[in-house]
Amino acid sequence: MIDYSFPGLFNYWIVFLLMMIGLYIVIAHENLIKKIVGLNVFQVSVFVFYISMAKVKGGTAPILADNIQVYSNPLPHVLILTAIVVGVAMTALGLALVVRIQESFGTIEDDEVREIEERQE
Amino acid sequence: MTFLATHIAVLVVILPLMAAPICVIVRCGTFAWAWATAIAAGTFVLSLIMLQQVMDSGTIIYNLGNWEGPWGIVYRVDALGAFVVLIVSAIAVVVFPYAKQSIEKEIPKERHYLVYCMFLLCQAGLIGMAVTGDAFNLFVFLEISSLATYVLISLGKNRRALSAALRYLILGTLGATFYVIGLGMLYIMTGSLNMTDLAQLLPAVQHTGTIHVALAFIVVGFGLKLALFPLHIWLPNAYTYAPSAATAFLAATATKVAVYALIRLLFTVFGDVDPLETYGVRNAVMVLAIIGMFAGSIIAVYQANVKRLLAYSSIAQVGYMILGISIGNAPALAGGIIHMFNHALMKGALFMALGCVYYVIGSVKLENMAGLGKRMPFTAAAILAGGFSLIGVPLTVGFVSKFFLVQGALAAGMWPIAILIMLSSLIAVIYVWRVVEVMYFRNPAIGSEQNREAPLSLLVPTYILLGAAFWFGIDASYTGDVAMSAAETLLGGSK
Repeated sequence: MIDYSFPGLFNYWIVFLLMMIGLYIVIAHENLIKKIVGLNVFQVSVFVFYISMAKVKGGTAPILADNIQVYSNPLPHVLILTAIVVGVAMTALGLALVVRIQESFGTIEDDEVREIEERQE
Repeated sequence: MTFLATHIAVLVVILPLMAAPICVIVRCGTFAWAWATAIAAGTFVLSLIMLQQVMDSGTIIYNLGNWEGPWGIVYRVDALGAFVVLIVSAIAVVVFPYAKQSIEKEIPKERHYLVYCMFLLCQAGLIGMAVTGDAFNLFVFLEISSLATYVLISLGKNRRALSAALRYLILGTLGATFYVIGLGMLYIMTGSLNMTDLAQLLPAVQHTGTIHVALAFIVVGFGLKLALFPLHIWLPNAYTYAPSAATAFLAATATKVAVYALIRLLFTVFGDVDPLETYGVRNAVMVLAIIGMFAGSIIAVYQANVKRLLAYSSIAQVGYMILGISIGNAPALAGGIIHMFNHALMKGALFMALGCVYYVIGSVKLENMAGLGKRMPFTAAAILAGGFSLIGVPLTVGFVSKFFLVQGALAAGMWPIAILIMLSSLIAVIYVWRVVEVMYFRNPAIGSEQNREAPLSLLVPTYILLGAAFWFGIDASYTGDVAMSAAETLLGGSK
C-alpha cells in the first residue's frame, strides 16, 4: 500500500525528515534559541506538508481565465499563510522570552537555568 | 433584538477581540481595567442570552460573511458550546474586577494595560474555540488564546515565571502543531474542514491508516494543551509563577476549553465513527485518566507551595473530565462536562483566595500560612470551603460531578472505576487537610500576628465564585440539565 519508490512521495519523505529533525532539536538541545529554531523547523515541515498535498500535477494558480483548466487547491495554501503568521508570532514571543531569561538568569542554556532555579528553592 | 439573536454567536468573540487593541492604544492601566471589566460584563450577558437561546430553540448556526458551509467558516453553537462560553465569560467577569488590586501589587505599573489586553485576547481565543464549527478556525483561536496565555504567565513577579512561560510555549506550540498535522491528514482524506461535513465524510474512510495517524496526532496535541497525564509537565510551574489573577483565570478556563475541543473532535467530528471503540483506545485513555487522578493528587500531597499543590490537583481534576469522556455513556460524559464548570468555579475561587494570601503576606508557601485562620479568617474560610469542594463533600459542586461520574461508571458496569473515583477523593482529603491543619491548628510565626484581612475588592469576587460553587452544589438541576442535554446531543452523533 505504502509507496516506497524514490522519489515517489518525495515531498512527504522530506516533510517527515524535517519534522523529526525539528522535534529532535527541541528535545535534545539545551540552548533555548536552538530550541526555538527547532520548533520553527518542525512547523515549516507542516507547512511543506500542507503545500504539497494541495499541489495538482500540471496545475497553475486558480485564476478564472479561459486558458486555465487545471489548477492547484488554493485552500491549504491560504491556511498555511495563517499558520505562518501564527508561527512568526510564536517565534517573536519565544525570542523575547529568551532575551528576558538572559537578562534575569544570565544564561540561555536550559540546564543552567534549571540549576539556578533549584538553588533558588 | 433580532440583530442580537442573529449575530450573537459571533458577537461573543468579536467583543473581547476588538476591545483588546484599544487597551494598547490608550495605554492607561486604570482605563484598561475598567474597559476590560465592562467588556467582560457585556460578554457575560451575551453568553447568558446565547445559552438561553440554544436551550430554547436548538443549535445556532452562523455563516461568517454569509458564506454557507462547508465552503465558508461556520460558527455552530450547541448546548455544550454555549455552556463553555458561559464558563469562560463568567470566570472573566469575576476575575477582572478582582485583578485590579492583585495586579497592582504584583506587576509594575507601566505594564498594567498589557495585562488586560492579554486577558481580553485570551478570553476571545477561548470563546472562539467554543463557538467555531470549523476545524482550522479552532487552531487559530487556540493559538490566539495560547499566545496570550504565555505572555500572562511571563508577567509573574518571580523570574521563574519566564522559564515556565517559555517551556509552556515550546510544549504548547508542539501540541498545537500536532493538531494541525492531524487536521491536514483529515483534509487529505475528506477534503473538508467543516466539522459537521467532516463528521459525514469520515465514516467512509475510517479504516485507513491516515485517519488512525490523524486521530493520534489530534489526541496527543490536545492532550498537551489540556495537561493529560503524562503530558502535564508544563502546568505546575506555569500556574505557580503566573500572577495570581492570571492563574485564577487560566486554571479556571484554559484547560477546560482544551477538554471541550477534545470532546468536540471525538464526539462531533469523529461522532459517527465512535473512535474510542473503533480504534480500541478506550482503555488506554481511561488508564491515563486514572493514573492522572492518582498521580496528580499524590504529588500534590508533598508540595510546600500551596499554588503548586493546587496546580497538581488540577492535573488530577482534568483526569476526572477525561475519565468521563472515556467511559463515554451519557451520565459519565455529562459528569465530565459538568465537572468542567464545577472545577472552574472551585479552582477559580481557590486560586483567588491564594491571591488574597499573597496580597497580604507576600507568599503562598505552606510554612508562611501558619495560623491563617486567625490572621485572615475570611480568606482561610474560603480556602477551606474550596478544599471541601475539591474533595467532593456533599452540598458542594465537587460532589455533583463525582456523583454523575460514579453513576456513569456503574451504568457502564465498571464498578472498579467507581471505587477508584472514591479512593482518589480520599487523597484529596489528605492534601486539603495539610493546608487546613497549618491554617487553623498552628500558631503564626512570631512577628506576623499583625496581619490584616485582604481588601474587599479581592474578597468579594472570591466569595461570589465560592457562593456559586455552593449554589450549584446544592441545586444542580440547571447545570445538570444543560450537561445532560449536551451529552445526549454529542452521543447522538451528527444525525
